[in-house]
Amino acid sequence: MVEAPVLSNLQQARAWAVAAAVPDPEIPCVTVADLGILRDVELVDGIAIAKVTPTYSGCPAVLAIELAVETALLDAGFQAKVERVFSPAWTTDWITDQGREKLRAYGIAPPHKSSNSKLALFGETTVACPRCGSSLTSKISEFGSTPCKAHYQCDQCVEPFDYFKCL
Amino acid sequence: MKPAAALADALITLGDDHLILGHRLSQWCGHAPMLEEDLSMPNMALDMLGQARNLYTYAGGLENKGRNEDDLAYLRTDREYKNCLLVERPNGDFAHTMLRQLYFAAFMHPFWQAATTSADDKIQGFAEKAVKEIAYHIRHAGEWVIRLGDGTEESAQRMGEAVIALHGYTDELFSTTDTMQICIEANLLPDPERLRDQWDQTIEQVFAEAFLTIPEIPFPQEGGRDGRHTEDFGHLLSELQYMQRTYPGMTW
Repeated sequence: MVEAPVLSNLQQARAWAVAAAVPDPEIPCVTVADLGILRDVELVDGIAIAKVTPTYSGCPAVLAIELAVETALLDAGFQAKVERVFSPAWTTDWITDQGREKLRAYGIAPPHKSSNSKLALFGETTVACPRCGSSLTSKISEFGSTPCKAHYQCDQCVEPFDYFKCL
Repeated sequence: MKPAAALADALITLGDDHLILGHRLSQWCGHAPMLEEDLSMPNMALDMLGQARNLYTYAGGLENKGRNEDDLAYLRTDREYKNCLLVERPNGDFAHTMLRQLYFAAFMHPFWQAATTSADDKIQGFAEKAVKEIAYHIRHAGEWVIRLGDGTEESAQRMGEAVIALHGYTDELFSTTDTMQICIEANLLPDPERLRDQWDQTIEQVFAEAFLTIPEIPFPQEGGRDGRHTEDFGHLLSELQYMQRTYPGMTW
């Protein structure tokens, strides 16, 4: 009976692919897999259990993301359940390289890898403009359009842009 | 008291600090002096609220009385909230709001940092996330305190008034309740008293740059941890709970 586990592995891979393709509701250019917030999809007794982790404690998109993942799995014919996991905590280092590139192409400067000290007062990090690539940029506000982003402006091409904060 | 019940109670206290401060910050939404700050206030409020939700939900499960996050946030009476008095102080002007945020964040940052080694892995997970979020609050509020303290004559004067008005409420951050004490002994939560040096250091650093002096406080203000609140708290609660009190069980 070798076939049964193979079949279930295939099903599990398909469940992962379905869940992984779900776009982020606030930044639809990237998927939940690109962001690294889809932790795992397991098949247990025929039920696809997707593990999702929040980016920020107060991220208002958490419920929307969980619902979207569950709906995608249901639409693909799975019985589905979504679990929220907190530990280990998500960091921006979990955003895939592909995800970073998609963010940049979308006009959002991707987060730096491995955080610098966020405690330094007036601490500035160099954030490259996602449009023209210039590193001559200014921080307008530590807090941007969503909790995960800061507001920057390019001094070269003068375009304002969002920076996905390094967390 | 069983450890689970003690932890639930201590987490609700901690959740109350976050819920109430989050509500205060959210009151700035639409009133901040510039668009960037109008974004930053609700952002910080969301961090507080998200942390409160995690704490309440976990506590509700631990105490096993069938209370969820909404029951804890909306359906208790004033005496049942154990938040420290600092977080319920009115927003006042920008100097008051930013100083209050700095005082709280400078405490919560080392708190969460220490909680990343909690014996409870759920608390570890909350802490790992919250410690990074609160770091932004220190930086943001700290920058404002410096900008105002080292600003114009009027901004410096108002910043000085905020220090006089709020500094007396900071001591309560380091107080503990009986249930917190049980959690500290079980290595579930950090001991606030051991965070005092780090808090002092942050405040001294910011105050030095802001040309502010730390006042002598002969009689620290406290009582929130026992459920004894200031008059302002009743008004805050009536606004916070209005919907659930008027339309019990409403959802949207």
